[in-house]
Amino acid sequence: MRVTQGCFSFLPDLTDADIRTQVQYCIDKGWAVNIEFTDDPHPRNTYWEMWSLPAFDVKDAAPIMLELDACRKVHGGRKYIRLSGFDSTHGWESVRISFLVGRPQEEPGFILTRNEGGGQAIQYTLQARPLPGASA
Amino acid sequence: MNVLDKKSPPGGKRSRYAAGVMEYREMGYWQPDYEPKDTDILAVFRVTPQDGVDPIEAAAAVAGESSTATWTVVWTDRLTACEKYRAKCYRVDPVPNAPGSYFAFIAYDLDLFEPGSIANLSASIIGNVFGFKPLKALRLEDMRFPVAYVKTFQGPATGIVVERERLDKFGRPLLGATVKPKLGLSGRNYGRVVYEALKGGLDFTKDDENINSQPFMHWRDRFLYCMEAVAKAEAATGETKGTYLNVTAATMEDMYERADFAKQLGSVIVMIDLVVGYTAIQSMAKWARRNDVILHLHRAGHSTYTRQKAHGVSFRVIAKWMRLAGVDHIHAGTVVGKLEGDPNNVRGYYDICREDFNPVALEHGIFFDQHWASLNKLMPVASGGIHAGQMHQLIDLLGEDCVLQFGGGTIGHPMGIAAGATANRVALEAMIFARNAGRDLRAEGQQILEDAAKHCLPLRQALETWKDVTFNYTSTDTPDFVPTATPGF
Repeated sequence: MRVTQGCFSFLPDLTDADIRTQVQYCIDKGWAVNIEFTDDPHPRNTYWEMWSLPAFDVKDAAPIMLELDACRKVHGGRKYIRLSGFDSTHGWESVRISFLVGRPQEEPGFILTRNEGGGQAIQYTLQARPLPGASA
Repeated sequence: MNVLDKKSPPGGKRSRYAAGVMEYREMGYWQPDYEPKDTDILAVFRVTPQDGVDPIEAAAAVAGESSTATWTVVWTDRLTACEKYRAKCYRVDPVPNAPGSYFAFIAYDLDLFEPGSIANLSASIIGNVFGFKPLKALRLEDMRFPVAYVKTFQGPATGIVVERERLDKFGRPLLGATVKPKLGLSGRNYGRVVYEALKGGLDFTKDDENINSQPFMHWRDRFLYCMEAVAKAEAATGETKGTYLNVTAATMEDMYERADFAKQLGSVIVMIDLVVGYTAIQSMAKWARRNDVILHLHRAGHSTYTRQKAHGVSFRVIAKWMRLAGVDHIHAGTVVGKLEGDPNNVRGYYDICREDFNPVALEHGIFFDQHWASLNKLMPVASGGIHAGQMHQLIDLLGEDCVLQFGGGTIGHPMGIAAGATANRVALEAMIFARNAGRDLRAEGQQILEDAAKHCLPLRQALETWKDVTFNYTSTDTPDFVPTATPGF
């Protein structure tokens, strides 16, 4: 399966040149760019591991692309990696864009568990299958 | 001095409280020198007096009949601080290019209104006065609410920011589709449409306004099968998915029962129709905040009073009331789709939903500055006759903080529902990517779509199927401050 979280999962995987355009967009908007990774792509897993602190005062995409390279050297092909842009202006103070820039080579997907509790109603539980080769 | 103001009739003024009938303008409802206070609620009406009725007197009558007055002098006014409680018409302007119609600006003291009640507000402002015989027609065009009054309302239960955080979806419009046919599907068949559309790439599916609990599908069946579809689509994609379960029902108790069941099944969102009434809407908004559920409002019925320019209530007023009342989603027009929506007016509605402050923008139909005092933002929904081939126009006109609903444009796809959903999602993502990368959507939109379709067969088919579909009609309801009616797209 293919996890389709983020802004651009229905497009062909982004090249570095593609990623650079979106990073520059964030910088031009005054947003802080953040690199995060995880081995648990559950849609309600909010807090992915931060690769470093968000880049608050960067004026150019180049240093962020270097950080992304460094992150990929460790986690590339084994974990999910995402970039996000954070807007600190009043009324937002939240993520304004988020997209995947790395995936495990094999995406094992999710287990959907149906808990029957009497009657017709079912309580659904979603759990990400463990990624191959990724330790917790 | 107002150009329309006439001198008082000769013969001198009679005593203000002498019994009998007196012109409204003489009773204190016309005060051209009044300076509206920051704490006043302001309204602007389009007034069309009967032939021979003086426009100032007509405007003063609107102020009177929407506040303290009745048709004759009453001595009991003198038991009150009546100067304070009288609404004051302070300005009357002729409507540009519309002989016989006037904009009447009226100020209402804050103490005339119960805090936090749209029912009370609307009972005053649009209660009796719209049937007043000396007027041919009357339309409430816009209102200004002071911050002190705004703060008595909850506002959107969830708001755009927290909705996005809860769904984990940022930086692009959300995608939805209304299940079709609107009526007749069984619960089991209905859930099939939901599953295909969500699995194919939509974020939401939606019940239509008139799907409640009919013989062919009782509401519990729909909820059970829809939530099976939602859970399965989440597992297939790793994304949070939602379906707007319509909890509109005959009584408030029924609505709470349905909403509680939706929440118990794990739905992130429920929906109601505008026809449930302002009080029920506010009750559901409080329920939604209490229960961490997003509240979608379908504006069913609004065109009966918003569409015609001469008489009724402008949709911009309804949008303001609904942001106060506390819904999270509101249908606010598409510009390019099948339903009424002048581009400049629609821009005004979207600004009312999403901005912290609306400055006067007569070209967008906004007559007053409005501070929203940190009330949550309300997500506008574009729905009705839109398809993937219009994606560049939609994003250019409506921005990214909205829901784009492609009903027929998803379910009518030649290769099926999931393919239709995928076509829309690919078109959307390609367009957002291109916009962020600095491309000009107006000039290059068509090319961006065609390039995206090279790697997506369903998008290619969608573009081919609907390439010539446009709804190019001139709008009925247009701003008065542009020289000519705005052409359709």
